[in-house]
Amino acid sequence: MKRFWIIAIPLVFLLVPQLGYSQCKNFAKKVCKSELAPYLHDGNYNAAILTEGEDAELFKTFYAGQEYRIAVCSSSALPKVNFTIMDTQRKVLYESKDHNYALYYDFKAETTQMLIISVKVNTKSGTAPSDELVSGCVAIMFGLKMK
Amino acid sequence: MVKGSLLLALVLGITNCSSDKGGAGQTAISVDSLVSNDGALQKGLSTAKQIFYSLPSPLETALILKRAGATYNEDLLNPVENASRYSTNKSMALNLGIYSTDLSYASLFDQTQATIKYMSASKKMAEGLGILNAIDNSVVQRLEENVNNRDVIMDIISETFLNTNSVLEEDDRASVGAVILVGGWIEGLYLATSLVGDSKNVDSELMERIIDQKLSLVTVISLLDQYKANPDVKSVLTDIQALKAVFDEIEITISDVEIVPGKDGAPATLRAKSVISVKPESFAKLKATTYEIRTKYIQ
Repeated sequence: MKRFWIIAIPLVFLLVPQLGYSQCKNFAKKVCKSELAPYLHDGNYNAAILTEGEDAELFKTFYAGQEYRIAVCSSSALPKVNFTIMDTQRKVLYESKDHNYALYYDFKAETTQMLIISVKVNTKSGTAPSDELVSGCVAIMFGLKMK
Repeated sequence: MVKGSLLLALVLGITNCSSDKGGAGQTAISVDSLVSNDGALQKGLSTAKQIFYSLPSPLETALILKRAGATYNEDLLNPVENASRYSTNKSMALNLGIYSTDLSYASLFDQTQATIKYMSASKKMAEGLGILNAIDNSVVQRLEENVNNRDVIMDIISETFLNTNSVLEEDDRASVGAVILVGGWIEGLYLATSLVGDSKNVDSELMERIIDQKLSLVTVISLLDQYKANPDVKSVLTDIQALKAVFDEIEITISDVEIVPGKDGAPATLRAKSVISVKPESFAKLKATTYEIRTKYIQ
């Protein structure tokens, strides 16, 4: 029995992150991608497992004349996720929390711009420090207007 | 706007900005200052759990080319017969990116036979890299069944990129994904610089999109830098540094960005003014360096 636990415990630690990545991939493909319609998904995959209070950043160049949709989606278990669009000087151009935590943002750049997309998972209000923090998948996806 | 090969600098004033705010901040784009440890992009990175450097996907690259007025020229593509030459992980990853851009370019110009050919070549590279589920036989079959439906074809292509990227991420092989993306980006730059002709076309939209790649170069270098412990990535980064030396000769200045909200469901507009300055000899150097790197990758 002791030998079983010696093998099983490290195996669980090895498999749990893999399970998380796999769930994240399926979440991005099945849930987040649908938020992009009628825009065409560009094919890139940007998703991570985040915990309450954590944030991630993405850097991307957006080309003049092209219409884009930025969609940010998160597992239902997570608190709200605020996404912010900033220029390279980190001047805030848009925050989803000011728009009722909208899941996507459509825009067109008049000149080509590099932008920073920052996503931050809120913390549950009233959570005691000892409470268990929730983790889940957050995906940032881009849609391209074809016509 | 001033142009002409006799002048030292070709200055493209991109005038699609209606408001020129008095005293608006102007930022000269410098790859070094953006990617350096104390650069503008790096501020705040220490707190972020994860950083993504998102390059234009092959699909986006092809779309930008077409939107900028590029024409279709199949002679420029990497022949599918070359696929049998690639046996190392590095060459297969680079050429999966290159074939993916060729595939996207052919499909956007409704070249159905070429689309199927390049999907098969991409499949071969993906199989070689052990990404068996990314492009299976059903994908090629679905393409063949929908040859006259561009929307479905584009959707299939988008899905195969997502499968490739997510499988590599899941298998902890994100460095391979980075090399694939850079291969696709180099192919896009090669197609654009080949199609634009010489520097007489300086005021064309295609030329502007080529120069804009200086901004994507920042993400290319940052992405590769994340995985430079990998020897394949390190050698690709060395090639990209040669390209950076050429892009350093090209000046881009961007004013402060302002957002104009869209009305009645229309998308918002990011408004800014940018000024590009490129010498004819710098453009010739950019074209030659891109050609050299791309030729090395497809051999």
